[in-house]
Amino acid sequence: MQRPAPRSAPGPLRDIAVVAFAQTDHRRTSDELSEVEMLMPVLHQVLAQTGLKTSDIGFTCSGSTDYLAGRAFSFTMALDGVGAWPPISESHVEMDGAWALYEAWTKLLTGDADTALVYAYGKSSPGSIRDVLTRQLDPYYVAPLWPDSVALAALQAQALIDAGDTDEPALAAVATRSRTAATDNSHAQLRGSVPRGEYAVRPLRTGDCPPIGDGAAAVILAAGERARELCERPAWIRGIDHRIEAHGLGVRDLTDSPSTRLAAERAGLFERPVDTAELHAPFSSQEVVLRKALRLGDGVDVNPSGGALAANPVMAAGLIRIGEAADRIRRGHSDRALAHATSGPCLQQNLVAVLEGDPR
Amino acid sequence: MPEVLKAPLVVEFPFTRSLGPVQSAFLTGLRERVVFGVRTGDGRVLVPPVEYDPVTSEELSELVEVAATGTVTTWAWNHEPRRGQPLDRPFAWVLVRLDGADTALLHALDAPGGPDSVHTGMRVRVRWAAERSGGITDLACFEPHDDGISELTGSDGRFEDLVTGIVVPARLDYTYSPGRAQTAYIQALAERRVVGERCPSCRKVYVPPRGACPTCGVATSERVEVGPRGTVTTYCIVNIKAKNLDIEVPYVYAHIALDGADLALHGRIGGIPYDQVRMGLRVEPVWADGGGHPDHYRPTGEPDADYETYKELV
Ligand SMILES: [Zn+2]
Repeated sequence: MQRPAPRSAPGPLRDIAVVAFAQTDHRRTSDELSEVEMLMPVLHQVLAQTGLKTSDIGFTCSGSTDYLAGRAFSFTMALDGVGAWPPISESHVEMDGAWALYEAWTKLLTGDADTALVYAYGKSSPGSIRDVLTRQLDPYYVAPLWPDSVALAALQAQALIDAGDTDEPALAAVATRSRTAATDNSHAQLRGSVPRGEYAVRPLRTGDCPPIGDGAAAVILAAGERARELCERPAWIRGIDHRIEAHGLGVRDLTDSPSTRLAAERAGLFERPVDTAELHAPFSSQEVVLRKALRLGDGVDVNPSGGALAANPVMAAGLIRIGEAADRIRRGHSDRALAHATSGPCLQQNLVAVLEGDPR
Repeated sequence: MPEVLKAPLVVEFPFTRSLGPVQSAFLTGLRERVVFGVRTGDGRVLVPPVEYDPVTSEELSELVEVAATGTVTTWAWNHEPRRGQPLDRPFAWVLVRLDGADTALLHALDAPGGPDSVHTGMRVRVRWAAERSGGITDLACFEPHDDGISELTGSDGRFEDLVTGIVVPARLDYTYSPGRAQTAYIQALAERRVVGERCPSCRKVYVPPRGACPTCGVATSERVEVGPRGTVTTYCIVNIKAKNLDIEVPYVYAHIALDGADLALHGRIGGIPYDQVRMGLRVEPVWADGGGHPDHYRPTGEPDADYETYKELV
């Protein structure tokens, strides 16, 4: 396979940091609330953390998907929550909010804006998420077979077991560790002791799968001195990159994630060790793949928030990884942290961000 | 607070997709019980075939027939098949590398022996669907097979009557809930009342309410009854008859600012010749039987509203 020669990440044109983060409590259903009603509190929280008003924000970008709501252009309704009149500079990605954050980061790099509001939300409760996610698959050869998200993750899990990379008890241990860590996370949906459960699609048990739930998250980015004004210890984005692999599952080696490794390389991850990693691994088996691709040693605190096994609001869970990593830095619990987001079946697309606090 | 409304929402759509030359040959091949792959620049054979090399992005076109037998490269046992999946009894999802191919194809394996009869490395063969029309489901599923490699048909992939497109039906089922604010709006309509919500910041009244002020970005919750009378702020004359609509053309479709509302809503104007509708016309709702939005609005007979009173809402 042809691969570009490794190189260290170029220094960014401007220093850009996460200066605020908020998330909802993630719950199995929130049907008393419309999307905008669910989203608005977190928007207000990030604004309150920085003292900014909506009119102060230079750029707004969001991530969500119509397939969760079953309605076209559903994101336009959520815009009411940011006060889009008079007209604002705004964009949307039909992706996890981590990719919206990437777009906002790019916008800030250009110097067109000094602050950006990034938000993401997903209500999985109205539909059947396992079926809904089949609609993102190759429409010619795969989607007509309706292989659901758990089935595809299970194929990957079996490939890992066959390769000797893990076994069912080790997968259960990943799930237990995640949900134990989530006891300290009041927003998480599954916390503490959760049974391994029956097979969902063998070899994955219900305990290896993420909870299905509704939730939202928001982040504020700021550039340079603006970040220092807005936040005592900004979480500087030292590098961020995202990569994709072939969409054909049978073309890929499902036990590895070269796209994650390449994104990490370009984000500068391998230049110095990190102390924290927030990985977007909705299935226990995917953490095994990511740890290997990212070369994470035992000294790294992986998913202190509980990760996606504790709360997986689709379209927001990746942005939450960035927010959680940034919060660890802002609170002084971390100096250099990695955040990862994924999208698509079996870790098809991957985004890696490296965040740092100022030296202490 | 009254319980929020909920209703089933079914989204059904037939996706009509055209095929490129390689996909077309592959799906036509399945119809004719032949499996084709495509050869890449470095000599590998991709099955299912794609039109561009996933590594080099080079355009691919050289078709290669592969066997209808192969080896399972990974699998997962699906004890509860879901709607639309290839088999309605427990089966294994499998990635199968067909003999002669370098990549694997995703499909279902019919394994009556249950999960203990399936393993990575097991040999399988294609079971063809009885009726085939050129789609991935022409390959009904795989089945266990211990008798070596199947013979090739010798087809060169040049078929008459190529499959050039597929129609893929999809159906997703939801339970839709409009949330707190719109529930209140819809419930009021059932009582032939129109309610909006006032923004605590700018004090504007939005109707229909969506729970947030689009200007201030804050939650709205103070419920305000508006109308029933209102003013036509602007309008258009519709001359094209919509399908399944039994309203005679021409008719007038207008923006109507209900008294007390700071946002105009849409409605049809009736009870007056279409060419006599004007900005400032005072109207009132005419309710349909069975709840819901007013069927249309008709003149109240009041003098026209002064432009100054509604110019902000045009
Ligand atoms: Zn307002």
